[in-house]
Amino acid sequence: MAVTGILLVLFLILHMLGNLKVFTGETSFDHYAHWLREIGTPLLPSTWYLWIQRTVLAVAVLAHIGAATVLSMRAHAARPVPYAHRRKIHVNYAARTMRWGGVIILLFVIYHILDLTTGHLNPQGDPANPYGNVVADFAPERWYVTLFYVLALVTLGFHLRHGAFSAFRSLGQQTPKGERRARSAALVFAVVLVAGYLVVPFAVLTGLVA
Amino acid sequence: MNLTLRIWRQRGPEDKGRMVTYQVDDVSPDMSFLEMLDVLNERLILQGEEPVAFDHDCREGICGMCSLMINGEAHGPQRGTTACQLHMRQFSDGDTIDIEPWRARAFPVVKDLVVNRNAFDKIIAAGGYITAPTGSAPEAHSVPVAKNNADAAFESAACIGCGACVAACPNGSGMLFTAAKVTQLSLLPQGQPERYTRVIGMVDAHDEAGFGGCTNIGECAAACPKGIPLNTIGRLNRDYLKATSKRAGTPGS
Repeated sequence: MAVTGILLVLFLILHMLGNLKVFTGETSFDHYAHWLREIGTPLLPSTWYLWIQRTVLAVAVLAHIGAATVLSMRAHAARPVPYAHRRKIHVNYAARTMRWGGVIILLFVIYHILDLTTGHLNPQGDPANPYGNVVADFAPERWYVTLFYVLALVTLGFHLRHGAFSAFRSLGQQTPKGERRARSAALVFAVVLVAGYLVVPFAVLTGLVA
Repeated sequence: MNLTLRIWRQRGPEDKGRMVTYQVDDVSPDMSFLEMLDVLNERLILQGEEPVAFDHDCREGICGMCSLMINGEAHGPQRGTTACQLHMRQFSDGDTIDIEPWRARAFPVVKDLVVNRNAFDKIIAAGGYITAPTGSAPEAHSVPVAKNNADAAFESAACIGCGACVAACPNGSGMLFTAAKVTQLSLLPQGQPERYTRVIGMVDAHDEAGFGGCTNIGECAAACPKGIPLNTIGRLNRDYLKATSKRAGTPGS
């Protein structure tokens, strides 16, 4: 869980920084998107790097889901008779949302790829003009797309808040002082990352990016 | 105080079990929770009914025998308190209180509220000890221990093995117990020779017993009557990582 999670988090950071290039204008953003296909050239043929990264991420996602499934199945098997009176998790709201949150994030990622990578669900869907795709996607009349995006991102934030701390702990974070630091770092990281992602649709919505 | 109790009744390991409602009147707020159950049992015996079976021994919070899930909380609503030290003043007149046994595949119900916690003994047998000649106690100053290590080891050694961590864990994991036992020995010089075989043996025994996996939620530490901190699990994780990368456990390594 921790190792695959960290791989995915590294991608999330780069993806967020890349998204923020939308504020540098249409030419710059489209150039950046084009450059992503040319990383590694001429050593690698065009788009090879992109496909290597996609393969690594896909393996990480599958391994992450696999590990989560094993943990869920073990948890289910470990308590065959449920409590008649059970209180919900009360020390850690983020941890409560991990499993269903993960499913929501997966559905979002599938939608997101069909929307802004392949363009099938995008109103414009022009692979040569990702800037225009983003602007068309988060247009004010398509408010429900933005709403879904916001909900998925907030879920991701909760997932990261517990997940990032949990990764530190799984990899051997062991002192009480370190625990306070790891929890704060996870919270700050989750908030910054979610905010970094959400500024883009809100910038389109408010006309800042058009 | 007049209370309504809903108690898990199960005749034996094979019985399906059910919640049964009892009315207990004139409960003094100064009674302990187990004394309240004693009052109920005395009445049941007088009526010719089977009394409610529950585990208890010292009734002063140090033996780890009492194991009641009270209103969905291990050892009841008061933090840092075992069920035997919980007093009825924590409840109000007219309350309905649900009492269940610990629920875990590794802790099968023996009868009513009594569970078999043998799985913990198996974890201990897999490494929760030091191999050293016994005899008279050695001179305490002959092996110096850093103060902060001694304090952290003592904090973990406070574990009474009651099983509240397992009962409270949404995953049914016994990792807080295992981690407390690993930590208490791995922080002290006496625990070093077997440090890395211990952690692998105990975690394997934990998994074999049918406990769930830890996902660092923290319900265990909140339920623990002895306040074992969650970071002990980090100490276990670090020892486990070191042990698996060191190939400890191979004879001669």
